[in-house]
Amino acid sequence: MTTTDRPNGSSFQRKQKAERPMVPKAEFGSYYGSPVLNPPVWESPDIPGYLFLGGLAGGSSLLGAGASLTGRPALAAVTKSGAIAGAALSMYFLVHDLGRPARFLNMLRVFKVTSPMSVGSWLLAAYVPAAGVAAATDLWGMAGLRDLPGRRLLGAASTAGAAVLGPFVASYTAALISDTAVPSWHDGYPEMPFIFTGSGAMAAGGLGLLGTSVLGASAGEAVPARNLALLGAAMESAAMRRMTRRLTLTAEPFATGRAGKYVKAAKILAGLGAAGTVASAFPLPVRARRAVAAVSGVALVAGSACTRWGIFHAGVASAEDPKYTVIPQRERLESEAAGHAGSKG
Amino acid sequence: MTETTDPASRSGYADHPPRMGFFTDTSVCIGCKACEVACKEWNGVPSAGGRDLLGLSYDNTGGLGADTWRHVAFIEQTKPMRQEGADGPGGDMRWLMASDVCKHCTNAACLDVCPTGSLFRTEFGTVVVQEDICNGCGYCVPACPYGVIDRREDDGRAWKCTMCYDRIGDGLEPACAKACPTDSIQYGPLEELRERAAARVEEVDGARLYGDDPSDGVGGDGAFFLLLDEPEVYGLPPDPVVTTRDLPSMWRHVGAAAGVMAALAVAAFGGAK
Repeated sequence: MTTTDRPNGSSFQRKQKAERPMVPKAEFGSYYGSPVLNPPVWESPDIPGYLFLGGLAGGSSLLGAGASLTGRPALAAVTKSGAIAGAALSMYFLVHDLGRPARFLNMLRVFKVTSPMSVGSWLLAAYVPAAGVAAATDLWGMAGLRDLPGRRLLGAASTAGAAVLGPFVASYTAALISDTAVPSWHDGYPEMPFIFTGSGAMAAGGLGLLGTSVLGASAGEAVPARNLALLGAAMESAAMRRMTRRLTLTAEPFATGRAGKYVKAAKILAGLGAAGTVASAFPLPVRARRAVAAVSGVALVAGSACTRWGIFHAGVASAEDPKYTVIPQRERLESEAAGHAGSKG
Repeated sequence: MTETTDPASRSGYADHPPRMGFFTDTSVCIGCKACEVACKEWNGVPSAGGRDLLGLSYDNTGGLGADTWRHVAFIEQTKPMRQEGADGPGGDMRWLMASDVCKHCTNAACLDVCPTGSLFRTEFGTVVVQEDICNGCGYCVPACPYGVIDRREDDGRAWKCTMCYDRIGDGLEPACAKACPTDSIQYGPLEELRERAAARVEEVDGARLYGDDPSDGVGGDGAFFLLLDEPEVYGLPPDPVVTTRDLPSMWRHVGAAAGVMAALAVAAFGGAK
């Protein structure tokens, strides 16, 4: 129980002015300081992992399609493999977090546009096979196996399908967490999808950099990955900044506690990764360039993951403390009351 | 504008009984917890676990959850209560007691976000979980602006008050209302309860209604209350809003962000030679 949460549920201010209770920022009524909401039952690493991997997969499908179109076989193989691996692991996390995993298919019992989880389940039901076929047809070709009739066509169609659905796979999870009563998630809904797609682009770019370096691909193969990583990092950082500056009280959980540590780590990793990515564009000895690109890629992927873990924990923290629920609602009521009084006078 | 007063019609029931609800008049609650017990007995709700002594006045239940569908709150306040000129014992202490329950919102976030269709709207306008459908995704839990529904740990599914769907279909009142010795919990057609509450609130000093207004953030509650202090004092949100009210805007932002992501990828390849 904090000092502001008095057992009688009232604040110091209220006692002085019994008739018209005013709740200043630091004072609010609560029931023994207990949360108003039931905090999410979602767990780490399942749900932050699911958010992160969806972004990584979606961005990778975009890179994979572009790589195929522009004749970058190593980048295509890396990103298409990354997309299906990310999506599959993301699905695993989603199923694992269910209270009744055996009933996962009940997700496809109905389609509800009012439920981002329903929309997302259908989206993944289309995306995962597309990403899987895109990767399989690509790797089949790379492995130099006897070609099958229609492989190229099937590969092109599934690659295009995965690229069209990918950005939505990366972004719908923002609506999923924002469409709750969790104060910091809900309040952040205008920027959240941009954080998610920026972060997903950054992670996919990072994966492309890492993979092309490890495979020893030519310098030209990594260029789009480098560009996407930098653009994504810039977007993630700008959207995050915009959100935490726009929000007032409910921005606090992003900067404090466990969430604050993840958000800070995300900033450092993305900053280092971006700097390394820029450095890898300069004329360096081949081995040095590859080493810098690989390390930068790892930092960018890790930074993207930290962003999702930070957002996840910030939401949970905002649901666990009643002040994030009560104070903004109380302020809204007071400003509405003031508005009515003003219009009468 | 959507029709917010009749959720059953909106859900496709052509011919249905009137919307039923609870009016919980906390001014006559004596904190006996008969509602908690009757609810557990009728619905076979398991123990919330352990013999918890929470030290919150007489409240050893804590709050609503998967295993608590009625919760009696006890609030001890220091407040001059003695009427002027009155003799006898008494002092500056008052005790608020209130039996909380699922609000059966007109616009119910738990129902909106449920991806399996397990949560549904009944012909009585109430909101009920179908336990044979629920896969325990947990989405309803943080969606509820009141902290009502929760996932049962050993069972993995979501549970909450059904307004005794199995009783009211047979014309019986829900177990909690039946057991309440002071009629603090009143069950009946919502319209009738609202009229009764409007009269009652005029009679009681310092009383206010909570959840009775169809123009509030959830379109009004099927279970509403007469309170003697601010809602947050009872652990209730002062101005709850159904989260899905903003969902159309959320989807627009998701679409825009996806478009921008695709544009970034085009730019990434456009910039590469």
